[in-house]
Amino acid sequence: MLLIRCPYCEEERPELEFRNAGEAHIARSPNIAGESDDDFEKFFFIRSNPKGIIYERWRHMHGCARFFNAVRDTVSDRFLMTYKAGEPKPTKLPGAAK
Amino acid sequence: MAKAAAKKSAVAVPPAERRPALAGQELSATGVTLAVLPPAERISLRAPDASVAALSKALGVTLPRKPKTSAAKAGRTALWLGPDEWLVIDEVGKDPLADCAEVTALHSAVGISHRNVGISVTGPAAAATINSGCPQDLSLDVFPVGAASRTILGKVEIVLLRTASDAFRVECWRSFSDYVFTFLSEAARDAAA
Amino acid sequence: MIAAFRIPGAGRLKQAETTRFSFDGRSYAGVEGDTLASALLANGVHLVGRSFKYHRPRGFLSAGAEEPNALVEIKRDAARKTPNVRATVQELYDGLTAQSQNRWPSLAFDVSAVGDIASPLLSAGFYYKTFMWPKSAWKNLYEPKIRAAAGLGVAPDQPDPDHYAARFAHCDVLVLGGGAAGIAAALAAAETGVRVILADEQADFGGSLHFESGAKVDGQDGFAWAQGAVATLKAMDNVRVLSRTTAFGYYAQNFVGLVERVSDHLPNPDRELPRERLWQVRARRVVLATGAIERHMVFADNDRPGIMLASAARTYLNHYGVAVGRNVGVYTANDSAYAAAIDLKKAGVGVAAIVDLRDNPTGPVIDEARALGIEVNFGRAVIRAGGKLRVSSMTVQPKNGGGERTIPVDAILMSAGWTPSVHLFSQSRGKVVFNDETKRFVPGIYAQDCVSVGACNGTDGLSATIDEAYAAGAKAAKDAGANTVKGTKPKVDASESWSRGMLGAAPGAGPDTTVKAFVDFQNDVTAKDIRQAVHEGMRSIEHVKRFTTNGMATDQGKTSNMHGLAIAAETLGKPIPQVGLTTFRAPYTPVTFGSIVGHARGKLFDPTRKTAIHPWAEAQGAVFEDVGQWKRAWYFPKPGEDMHAAVDRECVTVRKTAGLFDASTLGKIEVVGPDAAKFMELLYTNPWEKLEPGRCRYGIMLREDGFIYDDGVVGRLAPDRFHVTTTTGGAPRVMNHMEDYLQTEFPHLNVWLTSITEQWAVIAVQGPKSREIIAPLVEGIDMSDEALPHMSVREGRICGVPARLFRMSFTGERGFEVNVPADYGEAVWEALWAEGQKHGACAYGTEAMHVLRAEKGYIIVGQDTDGTVTPGDAGLDWAVGKKKTDFVGIRGMARPDLVAKGRKQLVGLKTKDPKVVLEEGAQIVGDPKQAIPMTMIGHVTSSYWSENCGRSIALALVAGGRDRMGETLYVPMPNGTIEVEVTGMVFFDEKGERLNG
Repeated sequence: MLLIRCPYCEEERPELEFRNAGEAHIARSPNIAGESDDDFEKFFFIRSNPKGIIYERWRHMHGCARFFNAVRDTVSDRFLMTYKAGEPKPTKLPGAAK
Repeated sequence: MAKAAAKKSAVAVPPAERRPALAGQELSATGVTLAVLPPAERISLRAPDASVAALSKALGVTLPRKPKTSAAKAGRTALWLGPDEWLVIDEVGKDPLADCAEVTALHSAVGISHRNVGISVTGPAAAATINSGCPQDLSLDVFPVGAASRTILGKVEIVLLRTASDAFRVECWRSFSDYVFTFLSEAARDAAA
Repeated sequence: MIAAFRIPGAGRLKQAETTRFSFDGRSYAGVEGDTLASALLANGVHLVGRSFKYHRPRGFLSAGAEEPNALVEIKRDAARKTPNVRATVQELYDGLTAQSQNRWPSLAFDVSAVGDIASPLLSAGFYYKTFMWPKSAWKNLYEPKIRAAAGLGVAPDQPDPDHYAARFAHCDVLVLGGGAAGIAAALAAAETGVRVILADEQADFGGSLHFESGAKVDGQDGFAWAQGAVATLKAMDNVRVLSRTTAFGYYAQNFVGLVERVSDHLPNPDRELPRERLWQVRARRVVLATGAIERHMVFADNDRPGIMLASAARTYLNHYGVAVGRNVGVYTANDSAYAAAIDLKKAGVGVAAIVDLRDNPTGPVIDEARALGIEVNFGRAVIRAGGKLRVSSMTVQPKNGGGERTIPVDAILMSAGWTPSVHLFSQSRGKVVFNDETKRFVPGIYAQDCVSVGACNGTDGLSATIDEAYAAGAKAAKDAGANTVKGTKPKVDASESWSRGMLGAAPGAGPDTTVKAFVDFQNDVTAKDIRQAVHEGMRSIEHVKRFTTNGMATDQGKTSNMHGLAIAAETLGKPIPQVGLTTFRAPYTPVTFGSIVGHARGKLFDPTRKTAIHPWAEAQGAVFEDVGQWKRAWYFPKPGEDMHAAVDRECVTVRKTAGLFDASTLGKIEVVGPDAAKFMELLYTNPWEKLEPGRCRYGIMLREDGFIYDDGVVGRLAPDRFHVTTTTGGAPRVMNHMEDYLQTEFPHLNVWLTSITEQWAVIAVQGPKSREIIAPLVEGIDMSDEALPHMSVREGRICGVPARLFRMSFTGERGFEVNVPADYGEAVWEALWAEGQKHGACAYGTEAMHVLRAEKGYIIVGQDTDGTVTPGDAGLDWAVGKKKTDFVGIRGMARPDLVAKGRKQLVGLKTKDPKVVLEEGAQIVGDPKQAIPMTMIGHVTSSYWSENCGRSIALALVAGGRDRMGETLYVPMPNGTIEVEVTGMVFFDEKGERLNG
């Protein structure tokens, strides 16, 4: 069971309190009704599924109930950092090789 | 259709009896005692930062701003559950919903007095009992008196409040109360170990 | 009387034989503190099992958790029967009953031992090769035979009557292993005041101090020192000491699973005690002090009962006071077996000879052995063991060949060296490195906040071990936040030390031989099997392992992995590190299902949710059905009624007079804030801005893909307050879905969501008499059709308690849903029931509810929809706001495939024979005479007998359904094809007049 730092609770809490919510930083268009089929496909169906660093959403479901973002290495399963929903995608990652 | 009957307002209906879930249930084991707590008034309070002062004033208790904390005054406890969320429990029969109704500052107050059931877990083995199903560190350093958190017990969600070094209040939804009380009862049998 | 092989005065147990036990029906005596193994050995019993594949007779290899052979069944009663218990770790208790396994008809004569003779057929990879042809024989012949012959022990066939406890624990320093290293580390850490947990799998702490007669610490015998130190630790408030506790798994972020065996060692355990306790520990720092395991020598017939590890023989002697034989031989490739020979000789046991594979070793133990008059042979090998049910001799030959000499012995003690126990380190994802000089894998690169100390780190000798462990314990405490360091390091006065040894097959079991020199005893893998795997093309040790099953038994290769690897490397002609070590996986030793399940069984397997009205329904004799975690009243049979009769009566009564229904389980969410309507606009297909407070609307929620996700009636209580209902099963996920959009896509909206599912008990009162039933109990609400029309909501009081009264209908009849605070639910129900009785109303359950709504063509999300149904498919286009520019699903709905012609649409079906009720899920075809496989054009989603319609009714998803009205379609079933007509979805009161009737 992982420990995940909740950026709202400001501490690490057991994974049992959390739920993964898929890839992060995929914005829903404010004009979604006007999107082309291709754009909608990209928005709704296509995910990066990387080996390595992934930016993903989590919800502290059974804690503060907030959605937040996390950077995780899918190889080591290690969380590099977490940050609040709405905050920009971090450009520098702590402890990441390069 | 009998329109007369429809319009006439009822006379002298005896008020419905309140039948709380698990009313009065208790259990004692070595080092720990469980008790289902009497009904209390409760609201789920949601508000942005800007409204906290006005709501605190109206409620008579300062809404805590720090994660995993609570504040209590005159039988009323406000538990920080999230950055814009508090659980307010009033154990002396005063209605926090009515107090919030006066506040014009932006907020949402929803009555949940009947949604939750409170269970007290007391005694030197209280933390061990809860740790049978709760993965949080309940040592006094990490979860001091007054600490409050939504978390997990076994397979259900609870809200946990530490009321004293050896006492906790466990809040859960009504239909989960049987599970929670049963879980705690089984855990209590082993908690002195 | 003292057992034949118990040596008076030897060992640490009180040698009064007070403990009776039985093995294979024969009664024996043991002493308190024995294991089953030591007690059997004291009675001269070596033969305790049969091997897995060849059914060869087996005895005890070890005195600990690494035991591959001595697996027995321990039986307390019919239900408390545990197979595959290692006799070497099972503590003896009075009345213990054990049985050997894997033999028939008896241990000494096992007919399946023919497997030994037929062993050429059972060589490595035999599963993959032997049973490949003919294909048909697999199912009928090979598989049943293999299943009957295979397996280890017999699983109990009754439910486990014991209970298991569980605990999450947190500490600063977790020390795994309670030998000298673990104790020293725990002392150092504990003295700083940080929270320490020390765990060891054995009953007594001390690890190798159980047998190391030469160890002295702080002026005491090593084992005695360990007991004193542990007593000191136990007395400290900041320390938890767990004996009989195995760390079985090391997971991410220093999360370690421990199983504590609480009562398996007790003669008559208090049933209040759990059998086992699972500890899930989160530690800031972990100290691994897991020791090392001695390896056996790989030579012909090295599996004969009586052949065991030298340290095991020493443990039986020095701790249990038991001699493993009267005339033992010793076969070694390092110094440690000398210590065993010396101890046994000093205790009066005959030592026939020490056979040392090394050419000219020197050292004090060798001198001492010689001084005691023990024959010592260098540069020689034991090439074969004699005897079958018990070893009777060892045949010795110079290691490079030459004359053989057979020496009679009744036990052989062997040591090929020591393998550091890096299992937990490896599980922590640490990388081991191979030390070429000492020929062992030791911890190299750490992946977590842990440290290895002592023998598991390749540190030799007690003095160096305690130095290293004490320093590591203090550092772990400091790293975990301690600032005060006090206390004194234990002082080692005398210690034993050895290292080196050999890996792989010994002379006489080399590549040119066909002997059975066992590498893995539990899976019957020989040196020859490993070589064969390489010859057949396996290159990676992972492949060799799987092909031969080396190391894959329940002992996970604790004694065999290194030998197997060395033989593979030699055959491949590659150095060991290049062949690699297989990955160690949890559990370290087998873990019971009970301890993993813990409290989650019976009533605690899953929460059972009951409504406030449940007790009333139960008292009325309702039959319940499970809906998710909820128990819902299914139907209320009267005496003599079956389900069919009860449901028919309930359905008719609702339409004739009225019915009461417990709808409390419906999900309910209060949506509050100035932007509440805006939020509703975004989450539902319907328009909400213009819905007047006091009115309700049926809402449809989609996912972004355009498919129906949930539905429900929503009441607007105030401009900034909605009371939203969801399906029963959908409540949690709908809340999550709404929160997701609110928090991450529409965070600018000032609105909040609160689950009020359990705040309100909901009583649906439906039927022409519903208003008469409710009205007398209502205060403050005008219930006339003008003031409270269909699809409206009012707040007021019912039975003197606050209420939200909805005028709505899921039956097509005039109907209401009374919401009252949950604790009042049952009393309000009783009051409504009393009123209802005056009008002949009934209580109805979920089955009647389903029939009544189907008669009206109202869908149930999740039954009539399946995640691929759009509002258009369901005939709900009217509920989609045409002028809206955004809502979740608006774009998904417009995808080409979702607007294409020929999609499956919800329609009604009427069977040509009105008495025939279709099966839900049945497939529909257009032409019943077409060839199989037929083209299926749809399926039945809902189907019931409708007493109100006097016929069966059904809803179905049918391709292009709405263009097929009046068409005849076919439902092929095993007993014949059913003809159906496609109809509209409304079967009753098509005009909807009864809503105000």
